Amino acid sequence: MSIAPGLEHLPALPVVIPMIAAPVALLMRPGTTPWLWASIVSWVTLICTIMLLDQVWHSGPIVYEMGGWAAPLGITYYIDLANALVMLLVAAMASVVFPYARTSVEAEIDRRQIPAFYTALLICMTGLLGVAATGDAFNVFVFLEISSLSTYALVAMGARKDRRALTAAFNYLIMGTIGATFYVIGLGLLYQSTGTLNLLDLHEQLANQENKVVEAGFAFIVTGIGLKLAMVPLHLWLPNAYCFAPSAISAFLAATATKVQIYLMLRYVFTVFGFEFPFLEVALNAFLILGITGMFYASIVAVFRDNVKQMLAYSSIAQIGYMLLGISFGTVDGVAASLIHVFNHGLMKAALFMGVGCVVLRLGSSHFHAFKGLAKRMPWTAWGLILSGLSLVGVPPTVGFISKFQLMEAAFQTSTFISPLLVVLLIGASSLLAAVYIGRLIYAMVLEQPPEGAEKITEAPYTMRAALWLMVIANFYFFFHTDLTVDVAHQAAESLICTSAGCGGAY
Amino acid sequence: MIEFILDRYNYLIVITLMMIGLYIVFSRGNLVKTIIGLNIFQTSVFIFYITIGKVAGGTAPILMGGYGGGHGDGHGDTYHGNGHDKDHSAAHDGVHDKLAYEQGVDAGTADSIYPANDLEAAIRSASDQVLKAESDLHNVPEEFADSANQLASDAGLIESDTTNQMSDTLHDAPSELARSAESHANALYDGAASSGEAHGSAYAGDAAAYAGEILYSNPLPHVLILTAIVVGVATTAVGLALAVRIQEAYGTIEEDELEAEDYKAEFGHPITEEAVG
Repeated sequence: MSIAPGLEHLPALPVVIPMIAAPVALLMRPGTTPWLWASIVSWVTLICTIMLLDQVWHSGPIVYEMGGWAAPLGITYYIDLANALVMLLVAAMASVVFPYARTSVEAEIDRRQIPAFYTALLICMTGLLGVAATGDAFNVFVFLEISSLSTYALVAMGARKDRRALTAAFNYLIMGTIGATFYVIGLGLLYQSTGTLNLLDLHEQLANQENKVVEAGFAFIVTGIGLKLAMVPLHLWLPNAYCFAPSAISAFLAATATKVQIYLMLRYVFTVFGFEFPFLEVALNAFLILGITGMFYASIVAVFRDNVKQMLAYSSIAQIGYMLLGISFGTVDGVAASLIHVFNHGLMKAALFMGVGCVVLRLGSSHFHAFKGLAKRMPWTAWGLILSGLSLVGVPPTVGFISKFQLMEAAFQTSTFISPLLVVLLIGASSLLAAVYIGRLIYAMVLEQPPEGAEKITEAPYTMRAALWLMVIANFYFFFHTDLTVDVAHQAAESLICTSAGCGGAY
Repeated sequence: MIEFILDRYNYLIVITLMMIGLYIVFSRGNLVKTIIGLNIFQTSVFIFYITIGKVAGGTAPILMGGYGGGHGDGHGDTYHGNGHDKDHSAAHDGVHDKLAYEQGVDAGTADSIYPANDLEAAIRSASDQVLKAESDLHNVPEEFADSANQLASDAGLIESDTTNQMSDTLHDAPSELARSAESHANALYDGAASSGEAHGSAYAGDAAAYAGEILYSNPLPHVLILTAIVVGVATTAVGLALAVRIQEAYGTIEEDELEAEDYKAEFGHPITEEAVG
């Protein structure tokens, strides 16, 4: 297909635009200018990613050579439907959360830090988009660390409200760095046995290689990415980091950061190693067990949390369990369900964390006490929270139902060592746990009375409410219009799984 | 068995450092010590990458003998050259100078590596001129375009011939080598300059290096690890900055005390002895 002039650099633009815009934001005066700048940049980036997805949808995967250097030597950006979808998610979340951030950030962080805040936010966005876009394994590491380092700083900026943000950021830094270093070790081992860093080239070189070096490399990479995506035994950094970060950051990170890592895991497990790799089955079985453990363990912990932000953070870990479960099926349907949930969970969690952010702004706390009788005090926020909470549980007509339905459908068609019916029942059971903790929140908001003598509070500002409700409406919209999520995700899953060895399950 | 391990002592160092680093991170008591542990852990990875890149008996991946002072004049003349002709002659001069120098110096030496180096350097310098000339090619009138196209196809043949014959001639006497190299270099220059295929001649230079059997270590892991070092430094900086902020906010950077403070903030009462035991 002929590409319109000027658009041949489209694959690089979503990464380059925020990267160039970030230092500019640092030069601005504290106030609304950096916010406006970051918002405009995020919208421009969103337009780029939409065009990119459209182009990939109509004319197939794009290979973009950075600086014109050809594939095995130069760094290439390889865009297929899977990463175009993830990039769209990141840019879309940024374009909703950045406008939302204004009032919330002014209340939660030091005024002098506002330009630095938006700079770090843009850098974080660059890193996440870069991880998704690049087709070079070492480039992945660099972008991973770009996004992680800015995230540590962003989490620590919550220290003005609660100093525990500092220790949370520090722990995140230690765990995140260990994860990234594990990834580099694994990459070194793979490079040692293949001599290439290009992800697609790696797949070709790894075919028919079966030795301990490659297996060790695989284990290191999976563990490293597992740390970054908060796979269950490696999730300890996540709850406090999400809990004490500024509200806008919680919303942005919960909706994007771990999702990009899920994509990376998919890319490694299926595109780079593929089913020819005999060790893969071990990993998929591990994902199955860890996914189910995560679904239950994190949900049960979430039920007993008294801080709503922390509850939602644990819920995120549980949702990652669903995504891992989808990966572990090793089928097109399973991976598609995983990708659909990546997208849908982004929508739900962004809405929920933004709702909590509105409460934090007006009541100064995300503790359960603050939510008592909220439906009377802040009806817009409360109903936004209720509807997106129902989406998290998986009630039709919300996107949560689509996710669960696709996952269960995929589960029925697989033959893992746990019987499919049991897997489906477990998914249902953990959804009930979600119903318990969301129900607890709804109970507090609707049925409990506000504390005696509580002064009247105003609703959250329009910008925040608009962003929240945009996400809530998206939660319903994508139930009725599944062509973006379900169709794209199925095609993307096929492009991930169907490699040179043809399509098919691991079993 | 012991020999097997001793032969791989570098991996042993990597693993030992890795374990020491991780142990310090996990058994930490002090935040700064944790960061130091993290640094040791990362250092083990740096050494691992250096180990990957090292080729036994290979030198540092720096081009041997290239870009010496011998042909500096040629460079200077052509750098801001205006026309194709001027570049052409200047480049030739550069090559001739170099070869003459080589003949004088190496006539008596039997070691074949050094001529190879200089040969390679000569070709390097030739290709270097070509790179400059290439930019001026756009000024060449239209008539040149046709002949350039024809020569472009020839250039590929010439290059492959050049490298093949070079490896043959390397064992001959240096003077003979120099003569053949001169003609090859000229042919190479003409072909490449006319077609503007500067990259091709650069590869020929690399091929000449191989012909001389100079063993280089793999530069790529070194480049990668330079990047990783930068990332590591950035991580350390952020970590230490956080430690400073924690010291300001809590008055301590001891993990146990921090945990006790956070526990108090979370549950409203300090950790009791029963809760710990």
